[in-house]
Amino acid sequence: MDKITALIVDDSSVMRKIVERSLRQAGIELEKVVEASNGAEALVALQSNKVDLILCDINMPVMDGLEFVRQAAAMESAKGIPIVMITTEGSESHVVQALTAGARGYIRKPFTPDQVKEHVLPVLGKKQ
Amino acid sequence: MTAVSAFAKPSPEEDWLPILERATQEVFEIMLGCQVKRAESSEHKLAGGFTAIVGLAGALCGVVTMCCATETAGQIAKGMLGDTADSAGQAVDALGEMCNMIAGNFKNKLAGTDERCLLSVPSVISGGEYRFHSLVEGQSMETVVLFEDAPVSIRLQLQN
Repeated sequence: MDKITALIVDDSSVMRKIVERSLRQAGIELEKVVEASNGAEALVALQSNKVDLILCDINMPVMDGLEFVRQAAAMESAKGIPIVMITTEGSESHVVQALTAGARGYIRKPFTPDQVKEHVLPVLGKKQ
Repeated sequence: MTAVSAFAKPSPEEDWLPILERATQEVFEIMLGCQVKRAESSEHKLAGGFTAIVGLAGALCGVVTMCCATETAGQIAKGMLGDTADSAGQAVDALGEMCNMIAGNFKNKLAGTDERCLLSVPSVISGGEYRFHSLVEGQSMETVVLFEDAPVSIRLQLQN
């Protein structure tokens, strides 16, 4: 598997580290990890980094994850980058909103590394 | 009583404490890889180091709080991150995120509630010399679990 650059968006630095560790445990080789603590920071990060995968929380200050996905979907530089939501918001309406906005996967917190593998590998076009 | 109206005012037969306990146990088990035991709250005096707060708004109004000693919050951070967790900031962050996941897991277990109840981002209070005052009447329930033999209190304070 080629090495990838992942953008991890979560207002919790602890959770960003756990997501990164889960990606490595899933066998995903990371060239680089870019971190952002809200949607607005993530939009800026997308302008200056070539990203292969985005993992994004929903409940965040400044700009939430759903708004980030909507705005990222309209950015030329973000076209085709798979986005997987990782969030405590488990309602059907949040899932539908996220997928409608352009997310390709949805993981509910708390999550296991196996769940990250199960949802992330397919959006990278990899077999589990 | 319909499911829609049921969650606004839990009645005795709709006791949510077991749901809060299960939500708490699952988060500890998945995120920290440990099975926490329930403790009697009266048996364990909580040294209030940190209190994480997550607000609930919408169909369910109130707050979920998670309170433990400073050292325990540090152990929770270590459980989540391994030995790289070494700062008070990470302990605060970890406690806030645990509270967030417990609140989310709890509301997701209440049939019909998850669609119309939103969570706030977590906040964390340092120190134990404070009192919580709700401006409207409501109910509260608490579960205390032992993590590494230290008590951790999880409280749901509902506003009617």
